[in-house]
Amino acid sequence: MIAKLIVKNIFRARLRSLLTLIGLVIAVLAFGLLRTVVDAWYAGSDMASANRLITRNAISLTFTLPTYYRERVRAIDGVTQVSLSSWFGGIYQDPKNFFPQFAVTLPTHFNLYPEFLMPPEQMDAMLKDRTGCLIGRTLADNYGWKIGDKIPLQGTIYPGTWEFTVRGIFDGKDDGTVTRQMYFHWDYLNERVKQGFPRAADRVGVFVVGIREGDRAAELSAAIDAEFKNSLAETLTETEKAFQLSFVAQTETIVAAIRLVSFVVIIIILAVVANTMAMTVRERVAEYATLKALGFAPGFVVALIFGESLTLTLLGGALGMVLSFPVIATFKSFVGSIFPVFRLSEATLWWQFGAVVVVGLLAAVLPAIRSARIRIVDGLRHVA
Amino acid sequence: MSDTPRSDAAVAGDAALSPPPIVRIRNLSKHYVRGDQAVPVLTDITLDIPEGDFLALMGPSGSGKSTLLNLIAGIDKPSGGELTVGGLNIAQLSEAELADWRAANIGFIFQFYNLMPVLTAFENVELPLMLTDLSRSDRRERVELALSLVGLADRMKHYPNELSGGQQQRVAIARAIITDPTLIVADEPTGDLDKKSAADVLALLQQLNREMGKTIIMVTHDPGAVRAARHVTHLEKGELLGTEVVSGE
Repeated sequence: MIAKLIVKNIFRARLRSLLTLIGLVIAVLAFGLLRTVVDAWYAGSDMASANRLITRNAISLTFTLPTYYRERVRAIDGVTQVSLSSWFGGIYQDPKNFFPQFAVTLPTHFNLYPEFLMPPEQMDAMLKDRTGCLIGRTLADNYGWKIGDKIPLQGTIYPGTWEFTVRGIFDGKDDGTVTRQMYFHWDYLNERVKQGFPRAADRVGVFVVGIREGDRAAELSAAIDAEFKNSLAETLTETEKAFQLSFVAQTETIVAAIRLVSFVVIIIILAVVANTMAMTVRERVAEYATLKALGFAPGFVVALIFGESLTLTLLGGALGMVLSFPVIATFKSFVGSIFPVFRLSEATLWWQFGAVVVVGLLAAVLPAIRSARIRIVDGLRHVA
Repeated sequence: MSDTPRSDAAVAGDAALSPPPIVRIRNLSKHYVRGDQAVPVLTDITLDIPEGDFLALMGPSGSGKSTLLNLIAGIDKPSGGELTVGGLNIAQLSEAELADWRAANIGFIFQFYNLMPVLTAFENVELPLMLTDLSRSDRRERVELALSLVGLADRMKHYPNELSGGQQQRVAIARAIITDPTLIVADEPTGDLDKKSAADVLALLQQLNREMGKTIIMVTHDPGAVRAARHVTHLEKGELLGTEVVSGE
């Protein structure tokens, strides 16, 4: 009976319930979208492995390191392999067609990133082609590139026209793996640099360092940095996650603002639902008094109000959550070049669910207290 | 049924032959507090209502008749005095105990019917049975019987807004008797009805009293409604003026 009363009461004031539901759907959608943006911001750091360290110049990332450091790093006990990695920063046709390009040591780099999945024959083909490149699945799909295609890039840090041949397309182990970037041979970059800018040759942006045990990251980072202490180019070594988060930290205020807005959206919808419930209860004071007169305990009336509020918010929340998938997919098509990973995570779905439950409960608190406290004789006299 | 109320002496004679009172009221008082002032509503009420009676409470607005009804029905608490219903001093019960007591002992009929608009006639009548341990089939059987008794067996699936005022009040009467209560309290049951519907409702209450032995206490302004009762008690300014026999009991 209580369930029947709840469901029938929800659709009693149809327009009001409909408008509240629409508000809930929009709020849940907006909340999910904003949280997905925040997640996307941290996507790079989320895919970071505990078994990878990044070693860079201690002064700044814009300063390079001599490549001969590689052997000294590799000699440290606990280090398994070391890849060179230099940011290339080339432009494909137009600056707006941005995607990351890195010159790396192959196949070492891919050994360090087992989350990149690619057929071995494609890596073999890549190793045989000095001007070959490997591209991620998302990047390939964005531009319709396939194996054998030529990708011309206009160098910015390394001036000139560079042309690469696609030799492999890698997939991510899961949809949290970024596959929107391009890798090519660091040796090829170094050869061209030697020809054009000899003073910049044999230098690298960062070392990607593989370590055997992730829980020794701090110790090994200190060991690497100690190795180059008081040298011309001192190093700063940190976990890959910390390295990625240092980029996010530069935009921390924006992320904080987005987070704040996402919670403001929930507070606004809480006010809307609370108002709906307050109006509902005000109109039904006589009914609640009648129920109490018939012998129903105040708790029954409280359960009716909480049930109605929760059913309303869960209904709106469920619709909002279901609609989040197509809306976020559509949004991704517009912002795909900004966020390499833009997907509705399970955590965000739980946040949405939690938010609607909290809104449903909080919105019912005051009306429920009021209805429980009202005297039967006063309630029976009440005219909505 | 007599049109002219009989004397107090006749009532006293009736009382001597009557069964023990189902409602026993001694020196009952009720006042409300407005600011720091106590406003008296009922003063020193002493009254016995025998089992099987159909008592009309009459009086002008503000005389305290509805308050007295509410106190007897256990939806309000007296400020002083003694109030016993079916041998139980209900003034001493807690809110939760009172709720259980009302569910088992009181059938309510309100002026504006107070049906749940989202429930059908059947569901409205079934509502008080949700507080019992009756099975679904037993509840159905009882509800169908009650609705047949009030002549609405063919309106079970109708919602209140699909019924006339008289029909809604008959649904309310069915709801009031569904738990077979000790006492039926009716607050202006014909106040919102046309003459014909009012007569039907009063006839139904009379039938419940005469044929099923239900004790009914009814608040009314309407002298016509009083004629359906056995006794009438007059109140004025919170004081009891006296009780008269209405019909030829």
